[in-house]
Formats: sequence, structure tokens, C-alpha cells
Amino acid sequence: MAQATTTARRRTRRLNPIDAFLWLIRIVAVVVILVGLTNSLTSGRLSAQQWRDLMVFGVSQGSVYALIALGYTLVYGVLKFINFAHGEVFMSSTMIGFFAADALARSGMWNDQPIVSLFIVLIVCMLTSTLVAITLERVAYRPLRGSPRLVPLITSIGASFFLQYTFAGLFGVGTRSWPQVEILQGSWQFLGFRIVRTQAVVILAALAMMALLYVFVERTRTGRAMRAVAEDQETAALMGIDVNRTIVVVFGVGGAMAGVAGFLWGLAFQTVFFFTGFLPGIKAFTAAVLGGIGNIAGAMVGGISLGIFEQVGPSAVLAGLGVEGFNQLKDVVAFTALVLVLIFRPSGILGERLSEERA
Amino acid sequence: MSTTDATPVLELRSVSTHYGPIQVLRDVDVAIYPGEIVCLLGGNASGKTTTLKTILGYVKPSSGSVHLEGQRISGLPTTEVVERGISMVPENRRLFKRMTVRENLEIGAYLRSDRDAVEDDYERVFELFPRVKERLHQRAGTLSGGEQQMVAVGRALMARPSVLLMDEPSMGLAPVLVQQNFDIIQQINQAGTTVFVVEQNANMALSIADRGYVLQTGRIVLSDHSDALLSNPEMQRAYLGQID
Repeated sequence: MAQATTTARRRTRRLNPIDAFLWLIRIVAVVVILVGLTNSLTSGRLSAQQWRDLMVFGVSQGSVYALIALGYTLVYGVLKFINFAHGEVFMSSTMIGFFAADALARSGMWNDQPIVSLFIVLIVCMLTSTLVAITLERVAYRPLRGSPRLVPLITSIGASFFLQYTFAGLFGVGTRSWPQVEILQGSWQFLGFRIVRTQAVVILAALAMMALLYVFVERTRTGRAMRAVAEDQETAALMGIDVNRTIVVVFGVGGAMAGVAGFLWGLAFQTVFFFTGFLPGIKAFTAAVLGGIGNIAGAMVGGISLGIFEQVGPSAVLAGLGVEGFNQLKDVVAFTALVLVLIFRPSGILGERLSEERA
Repeated sequence: MSTTDATPVLELRSVSTHYGPIQVLRDVDVAIYPGEIVCLLGGNASGKTTTLKTILGYVKPSSGSVHLEGQRISGLPTTEVVERGISMVPENRRLFKRMTVRENLEIGAYLRSDRDAVEDDYERVFELFPRVKERLHQRAGTLSGGEQQMVAVGRALMARPSVLLMDEPSMGLAPVLVQQNFDIIQQINQAGTTVFVVEQNANMALSIADRGYVLQTGRIVLSDHSDALLSNPEMQRAYLGQID
């Protein structure tokens, strides 16, 4: 309803106090960002190579967010609720993946057969998180189908705590560390610039998974069923689509993507403990909203943008504004970026259909 | 009441349906014989759509049963009912607007594994609606109301139903299109599909139907051959006079 009135206002082109205030914020934001940017870039504090490194790191960080964000957006697209336990789905795969990788490292296979080992661990990660996601749907969400939308939302927060402390109880609260992958140490030269190998692998693997997901959703029969259920559950059911089964597939696919994210997290950042899912989960949710929640391409774009914002942002904008300790402030930048994007484009970067659906 | 001695393709035997504590259908008996066009008439909230949803198993009857070719189908999940040969053109068409026309038709054939026959059915749909073929790669949401109706009928036909359910095909269409639509229903019927039409537009529906049932607050109050219903004084007063 609020959206409808906004459009009405836009149509009459009258400037009310709220719009005026929003425009003020927009203008201030643009000015602050431009000042920060010019100061940072003219100060020459970072070399071109360092900027590029930050960029690449941002993209690789962002592709992990994007993979997790897909799970939020897929579930939202079909059930219109945010599964806040999705961060824990991601964490479960990194955690169980650690045990698989650790076992392989102890047996010596991790170094003797790195490709095979990585592949095994990847499968373990994907299976773990798919299983966790599907179980979650069956146990926590399906019984609540049809209840007010706030109910599954709050349940998902409960499920999130449940999973965190289950993992803490099972595996302890200590931090565990994935073994290093020898063949992924060092860096590659690529088109004249250096790229750290793990980051290259993260980016490529994430892009490959996103391409696969895209083909799955757009080209397969099950993908079509998913889109049909997302658009109009009742009609999809009347056409003979098994809605429950399709929802399980949605959770499963979201879980599998989180599994790949968990695997890549293990390679890139190594450490994992029961709380590892929290911040990436929140960031990925942010990314999904940033890109336009419910929109698959939006989750990808949102994730990668968020990664770039938080890696490049502190040096590019905060440093130029003379903020102390700007390197510690990447989370501030990430969430400020969210607020700014939503002020400029309330439906997210690629989200265009939200208001129309609500109407 | 029955026109032939054959077993009905679709039969509702004293079906009652509840939404929570509210009873929507009361002991509804309907029998539809192979090759017929049968219409179910009734005003708003008389239970017409619920009847269709009950047939499809989307809503479970609280008592009574639904039979397809003599076999009980009530209690089966919708997926299985569709697979056994009942498909529906929903009220207001309800296309998947963000998907292409082609994808909408594919959803209609979602449960079928007989690929060659599916290809034949595409051709059949294109023959019936040349416009649909022209619009094949357009998003369904960009089509006109009339075109959307064609796609909705095409989507239902892609399931290759033995019984086609149509919920208010005249709703929201211009009079010219309504006429066209009813012509097409007849064409589909002549090609061998039994049709069960739910309508408020009683004159129109009875002009093509073999028989009609009249539903009033969930109860069948009249059922007869179309011409008999058209000349029934009670019917004229209650339904036919209102329209036109």
C-alpha cells in the first residue's frame, strides 16, 4: 500500500517532505562519496596494482556471498519469506567439509591427489548443506505453510540458533582450520595482472555454479516448475505441478549453492567455527536485497557488488574522508552500501517486480 | 436424466466440500458422459469454482466421491488427477505472466513423458490458435486478453485431457471474444474432448452445451438438457433474464 501511494505521488510530481528528505540524503551521499573518491585516488596512497588486488579480492569474496545469496533469493521467490537459518546451512558445509578435508590430509591423499581430494570434499560440502536445507524445510517450515508470514520468519531465526548450538555441541566451540592446498598456493599471471590462485578458483567455481543454476532454472522442466510455483502457487498446483516437491527442490538447490560457498570459504579463508555462518549469512542476505530479493541474477550481481564495496570501499572512500582505522570498517561500508542502494533504488539493483506483485 | 447408458467419464457422487467450518458444496451430483459439453451455471459464490477444485483434488471433499471413467479419483493428489486426464482453464486465465507463451504450454505438458505425442499436440494447439504460434517467444504477460485466453486453453490442451474443465471462460472478455471462445470450445469438443464449463453467462453456455446444471449456494437445484433449461420458466426468471 505504501508503494502504491509512492507511485501516486510520483505521478503527481509533488514534492512532499519525505521525498525532499530522501533527495537531500541522496545528494549528500553522492557528494560525500565523490569527495572521498577524489581524495583517495589523488593521494596516490595505493598503487594501481594494489587497487587491482583489492578489486579481485572483492570479487572473490563477493562470489561467495553471491552463492549464499542465491539460497535466500530462491526461497524468498517461492515462499516469500527470508530463511535466516541459511547462513547456518552454509556453515554446516564448511564444518563437515573441514572433517572430510582433514581426514584426507591425514591420509596424505590431500597432497598426493589434490584434484580428486578437492572434488570429494566439494561433494561432501554440497551433500551436507543440501541435506541440512531439506531437513530444515521438512521439519521447521513445511508444518507452518499457510500460517502468517512472520511465523516462518521467526522460526528461521530459531532454527539458526538451533543449528549454531548443535554444531557447537557436536564439534566444540573452537576454531578449526582447513588444510592448505599446495597447488593453490602462490598466484597466476592473468592478462598482465597477478591473481592469487585460491581467489581465481573461488571466482571461477562460483561463476560456473551460477551458470549451471541459470541453465537449470531457465532450461529444465524442474526449473520451469520452480518458476511457475514462484509466480502463482495455486495455478501451478492446478496444472499438476507437485508444489511440495518443487519447494523441496528449491531448498535443495539453495543448499547446494551454499555448499559450494562453504567449500570455497574453506579454501579461501580456512577457518571455521560454529558461528562462521552468521556474518556471511547476513552479508549474503544483504546482497540478495541489494540485487533485488527474489531475483536470481540480482543475487549474483548483489553479491559481487557487495564484495567489491566492502573491499574497495574503505580505501576508496573512507580513507579519502580522513576516517581513522578505515581498514577495520568494511562491514560499515557494506551495510551503508545497502542503505544507499535502497535509498536510490528501493527494489534493489535488478529488482523491478516487487511492488507490482504486492499490488 | 442421463443421455446414454454409457458410464460417465466424470461423475460426482453426492460431494460435499467444506472450507474450514463453512460448507461450500452440499451433496452435489453431476454426471458427464463421453463427448458431451456440460455446463454448470450459478451466480457468485454458489460453489462453481470449488466444484472444479474438488474434481482436481486441490480441495478434498468432506464426503462423497469423484470418479473418472468409473475409477475413484477423490483423495488423489492433483498431480495424479491431471495425469489421469483432467485439466483446467482457470478463471481469469491465470497464465504465468513472466514466462514465455512456449513455457506456459510446456507447463501444460509438465506431467507427460510421451514426447512425440506432445509435439503433435503443439501442432494441434497451433492449428486451433495460429496467433499463439506467432507469439510463442513473447512473455505471456504482454499478450492481449483474447490471446491470453488462447494460451490458457492451449496450456490445458497440452495435458491431452479426456475432460477439459473451464472456469468462467467468458469472464473479462469482450463480447466478440466470448463468442469466439465458445466456438473454440465446440471445436475442441468435436475433436473428441469432453468439456465441463462453469459459467455465469447462462445464455452463452447453454447455447453450446448439451446439458446444464444449476448450482445455488452449493446445491444442485436444476439439471436438464440445454433447450429444456432455456425454456424453463424458473430458469428464465432467475438467470436468463438478468443477462442481456
